[in-house]
Amino acid sequence: MHELSIVRGIIETVSEAAQTANAKKIKAVHLRVGALAGVVKDALLFSYGLATEETMLAGSELVVEELPLLIFCQVCGKSVKLPSVQSFRCPECKTPSGDIRQGKELEVSSIEIEV
Amino acid sequence: MTVMTTRVLEVRKNVLNKNDELARQLRKDFETAGVFALNLVSSPGTGKTLLLEKTLSCLCRRGFRVAALVGDLETENDANRLAKSGVPVRQIKTDGRCHLEAEMVRKHLAGWHLNELDFLFIENVGNLVCPASYDLGEALRVALLSVTEGEDKPLKYPTMFNSADAAVITKMDLAEACEYDRATALHNIREIRPGIEIIELSAKRGLGMDNWLNFLERKKAELE
Repeated sequence: MHELSIVRGIIETVSEAAQTANAKKIKAVHLRVGALAGVVKDALLFSYGLATEETMLAGSELVVEELPLLIFCQVCGKSVKLPSVQSFRCPECKTPSGDIRQGKELEVSSIEIEV
Repeated sequence: MTVMTTRVLEVRKNVLNKNDELARQLRKDFETAGVFALNLVSSPGTGKTLLLEKTLSCLCRRGFRVAALVGDLETENDANRLAKSGVPVRQIKTDGRCHLEAEMVRKHLAGWHLNELDFLFIENVGNLVCPASYDLGEALRVALLSVTEGEDKPLKYPTMFNSADAAVITKMDLAEACEYDRATALHNIREIRPGIEIIELSAKRGLGMDNWLNFLERKKAELE
């Protein structure tokens, strides 16, 4: 369970951005989480409420956008969406590919602030 | 009265940005010094420490200068055990944290001269989940899987096995007793990480160790 460490990272990243923008209040934090980021959404939401108490982020909403895994298939010549993270094969032609184009993200995409 | 206005601010920043930046710096330092750094990851009990013990002494015999950092939640047992090999070893006690971070590695390297080393082994905390997210600046991440653990482990922990550059199957001497299904294990690892190099060995019996050591030498040479 390293979601608490992850939330600490979110707090740092968001506080920095909010202070630079002279925000009075943070209303929401938008996070993009890839299927291969190794982060559990529920654990993240749970930790978020606790860890943000007494910080600039207290009371803000964490909005998690979950991103599916995309790999590039050489044979089909395009990025394809994988139905699961248990098999890195093109769902159309079954060719294996480790060329990940999406799915490792763990980033704060934007924040909603009051100024 | 001041009127508050709400606005959306683009941030687009990786949450583990600080760790990633520090890891990049470490990687640069390792490269400059000519030391090949490895990050060993597995569940608890896979045999990381025994493999490391044998690897350190074998590489020494081959004339390489080696050192190791070992991560654990508590105790210095592993460092004490590895110190018997006579090479520099330091314990990183994470005080309950379930993974190593680049900052812990940086801190524990203090006083060591990297340019006097050929290999630096970093044994992560036994855990197949969290260490996957933290880059330590290593040149090679090696995931270990023992024959006693079950062939479907790579499917259960895809993030970790996908993030590995090589896989090592340990405790091969117990394969028969455990009814280890070799084909399925190798297939599962390759389903998660197509093309990955897999080395099978038993550190205890010395089986496959030459393969492993040659692999390490080759990887180090590739980077030079």
